[in-house]
Amino acid sequence: MSASVGVAPVRRSMGPGRWLRSLRYYVPAVAVFFATIVAWEVIVGAANLRAFILPRPSVIVAALQENWSGGQYAILPSTQATLFEALGGLVIGTVAGVLVAFATARWASARAALLPLAIAAGAVPIIAIAPLMNNWFGVLSPLSKMMMAAVLVFFPVMVNVTRGLVQVDPAALELMRSYAASESEVLRKVRVPNALPFFFTALKLGATLSLIGAIVAEYFGGSSLVLGRIIVQSASALRFDITWAAILLGATAGVVVYLIISAVERAVIPWHASVRAADS
Amino acid sequence: MPDQPVVHLAGVDKVFARGDQPVTTALEGISLDIAQGEFVSLIGPSGCGKSTLLRIIGDLTGPTRGEVIVNGKPAEQARRDRDYGMVFQAPVLFEWRTVEDNVKLPLEVMGASAERRSQRAAEMLQLVELGEFLKHYPWQLSGGMQQRVAIARALAFEPAILLMDEPFGALDEMTRERMNSEVLRIWEQTGTTVVFVTHSIPEAVFLSSRVVVMSARPGRITDIVDVDLPRPRNEDTRESPRYFELVTAVREALRHRDSGESGGGAGAGDAGLASAERTMAEGAVG
Repeated sequence: MSASVGVAPVRRSMGPGRWLRSLRYYVPAVAVFFATIVAWEVIVGAANLRAFILPRPSVIVAALQENWSGGQYAILPSTQATLFEALGGLVIGTVAGVLVAFATARWASARAALLPLAIAAGAVPIIAIAPLMNNWFGVLSPLSKMMMAAVLVFFPVMVNVTRGLVQVDPAALELMRSYAASESEVLRKVRVPNALPFFFTALKLGATLSLIGAIVAEYFGGSSLVLGRIIVQSASALRFDITWAAILLGATAGVVVYLIISAVERAVIPWHASVRAADS
Repeated sequence: MPDQPVVHLAGVDKVFARGDQPVTTALEGISLDIAQGEFVSLIGPSGCGKSTLLRIIGDLTGPTRGEVIVNGKPAEQARRDRDYGMVFQAPVLFEWRTVEDNVKLPLEVMGASAERRSQRAAEMLQLVELGEFLKHYPWQLSGGMQQRVAIARALAFEPAILLMDEPFGALDEMTRERMNSEVLRIWEQTGTTVVFVTHSIPEAVFLSSRVVVMSARPGRITDIVDVDLPRPRNEDTRESPRYFELVTAVREALRHRDSGESGGGAGAGDAGLASAERTMAEGAVG
């Protein structure tokens, strides 16, 4: 009878124009990045700032080349080691956070007991527990750094996933009730899909936090071929060009992990508003 | 069992008592029988408990007192037997499911075969004239189309009763009139018994075989208007003298009550009561 009751314009991601559009999307960011590097180089050179205050980008790149894979400050193996610790911590913290979230979402009493505690524990300065982790899991073992990262990752994952499992449209629950659906069906068909966007938000947050956790834990001792040690030792030797090079690689590792998680997110929840908005 | 009503309500009361708040009598002494294949509307001012009554019929909440028999069994059993198709004011579609998968949802829960799920989803979406939108996501559809998906979903498992809670309240007048015609067409094709909550008098008259008029605080049935407009009804029906007479009759039935009732204060409306109830239910489940 009336096939056209308010047909909304249908958005579809088109094949050919898509790359061009995403390229155009990234151009401003890339341009600003390179402009900053050039300005940095020029201004530091012109102002004749001493290298130990702020080394020029070209000096940092040179330090990176010089210490790439060998010597006391071998940056590549150090980055790999730190990344390994961070990713290990990310996995441990995420698994633990998701498990506890499911428990707190399932049992209201567990939620009442754990959530305030978790939020309070999340506020403890992480530096305070790094020596404890080294003590418990071995100062030389990467596990002590992983646990440090895991502690940082755990809280946002747990809090966000709990929220995603619990904050479900009440009408959706009534709908499932009218189907006489079991609790496990409600969990699988409503709560878990609802929690997925929350989970990815937490995971992206966790990617950054896990690197911070690993590097901070490294400050307190352990293997010397890790980014945290390189940063501490090069700084005390006034080799700030190497310090900056280590920071640069740490940041790069963080960005790469973040981008990978974003890509997975797009693949897993293409329907979510955040992903849709980024696509158009 | 041709004589047995599909819905039988006898002396139903609903009282809300929440913490230190004063007790609210949402419904008082509701008795009503709805026959197989009827289209019954519940109409009344905000706070008259019409949504609560619908939720009691559908066993989304229980009555404080009284008897609720659906298809010859208690409402809870009827719900467990999947006798109800629900349509709410919001479409409540899952954004992670395509239109087709949303319609399949109840069939999945009820354990229908994959073949039957696809077949029913296709049929139902054909019925609501969204056959070409199977693979779309809800956010790609307009509000009216989303609500039609919700109707298709409610009908997918062939429930004995369709319960609709102000399903078109959020739509503009033109879309709403078109949706009304669609609902009538679907009702005539499927023969499902429909209980329909609305606050629109023209909508109630146009759709219903009977309009149940309710008053607020406490919610009571004050009048039942038989709508004897010939079927099938169409756009011409809306312009017939009898239609206007019946609209006037319902309006007067509503007004009578209003002049009789004074005070009571501006309490929570239907939605307020319903959401309070939901919060309580959720607390108990979660």
